[in-house]
Amino acid sequence: VTQTKQARSAGQTGPGAVPLLGTRCSACGVIVYPSQTSCPRCASEDMVDIALSTEGVLWTWTVQRFTPKSPPYRQTGAEFRPFAVGYVEFPEGVRVAGIIDTDDLDRLAIGMRLRSVATSGVPRFAPLPETSGGFAEQREVRM
Amino acid sequence: VSGVSIVGVGISPFGRFPGVPGRRHGVRAVRAALRDAGISWADVDAAYGGSEAAGQADTLVSDLGLTGVPFTNVKNGCATGGSALVAAYNAIGSGAAEVVLVVGFDKHPRGAFDPRPAEWGLQESYGEDGLMVTTQFFGMKIRRYMHDFGITDRTLALVAEKAYGNGSLNPNAWRRTRLTAEEVLGSGMVSDPLTRYMFCSPGEGGVAVILTRGDRAARFPGRPVRLRAAVVRSRRFGSFEVFSSWLPAGELKSVSRDAAQAAFEAAGVGPEDVDVIQLQDTESGAEVMHLAECGFCEDGEQEQLIKQDATGIGGILPVNTDGGCIANGEPIGASGLRQVHEVVVQLRGQAGDRQVSGEPTTGFTHVYGAPGVSACAVLTV
Repeated sequence: VTQTKQARSAGQTGPGAVPLLGTRCSACGVIVYPSQTSCPRCASEDMVDIALSTEGVLWTWTVQRFTPKSPPYRQTGAEFRPFAVGYVEFPEGVRVAGIIDTDDLDRLAIGMRLRSVATSGVPRFAPLPETSGGFAEQREVRM
Repeated sequence: VSGVSIVGVGISPFGRFPGVPGRRHGVRAVRAALRDAGISWADVDAAYGGSEAAGQADTLVSDLGLTGVPFTNVKNGCATGGSALVAAYNAIGSGAAEVVLVVGFDKHPRGAFDPRPAEWGLQESYGEDGLMVTTQFFGMKIRRYMHDFGITDRTLALVAEKAYGNGSLNPNAWRRTRLTAEEVLGSGMVSDPLTRYMFCSPGEGGVAVILTRGDRAARFPGRPVRLRAAVVRSRRFGSFEVFSSWLPAGELKSVSRDAAQAAFEAAGVGPEDVDVIQLQDTESGAEVMHLAECGFCEDGEQEQLIKQDATGIGGILPVNTDGGCIANGEPIGASGLRQVHEVVVQLRGQAGDRQVSGEPTTGFTHVYGAPGVSACAVLTV
């Protein structure tokens, strides 16, 4: 119930945007995804649910070119089509793995802006039409 | 106790062997290691070993002989061999055992591994929706690294070209046909930017190592190799790992960096002292990144080093002189000990056509695996 309420009150919501739900550690302040009951950084068990921003920047990506083994992959009967996967960095300081909903695999690029759109299953991201000037391009961190 | 020495090594050739049970690779490797050490199975007073997918290591006693030896199964993913080595090191160091066997073997079906989400702490949807594929991680980690540090596709291809070249000089390797960088680049994309021939394949093989107290090593026929350090580490907060559903923003931690540093510290030597190097090369990108993570160069220097063949057998940083995972395949339980086998052979000066010149005296081994584990060892003569 709390998660739903916070999800509705999340900052940036555009058409079709669905915020991902994580938790913030009350002790050290780190934000983690998905929700967990203890902090992986400081081991505190005082965790508070939060909704992530719905827009982020592509941190890295690849393309799944072959049909994954089944199980665990869910076969639909339809012919397999390669799909993009990647990590999207959100302003809260988390990089989340998910599927990128796009047919234009040639357009994929580090730094492009995406919106989280999943309603079930793994996180899914849809590219935004305008991709320049994102927050993470300016504050990009080297490894 | 005056340190720990390796006094015997044995390998069962790597590849695919239809109809041959994985355990047989283990038995074959143990017998080869016992011969190399000039001892019999009854002389072994403790054993550690494992496989990921080919059965319990302690069942090998039914073939080797029911001597009553304490035999501990080790199952720690890619660090199985490394963890067994740590156990042996500690057993000898504590005085609990004097002659110890370490064995790793495996046999995997064709194609990418097919892990189950629940076993990795992930929701079922990660498997159902197609995210439980290890090759995705390797593609995404090197993609970001290339962006940050200016590594090119051609450098990735050169790593594979070297691996197949070294494999062609290794009679125990699976892939012994040379391939050019152009053939590697043209072999079809698997997980962008990595092509088919840049990847290793799950395979079969077995490796065994006999260890003893340093002050007893001279009793064995071969030239002993000192195991100066054997270290296993798990990931810390902030690292980027296989099957991470997320990671925190900011500079990346590296479990390989942690394990390598700990191994060098324990051994009392540094990366600059190493003459022969083994790095986890699940694919070309891993070898590039692990060169820096293990301390052999700065991030980005690989582009020039690899172009100049510095990581070749004749270079200043010989890496994966036996062809690595790319040419040998990856039987998970055996892979880490294959690295130890190669370094021992090199330090003894017995590597034949692939021998590193100048009488190498210090070697290093490194494995990395899911969900963020690394095992490193330092060996000297």
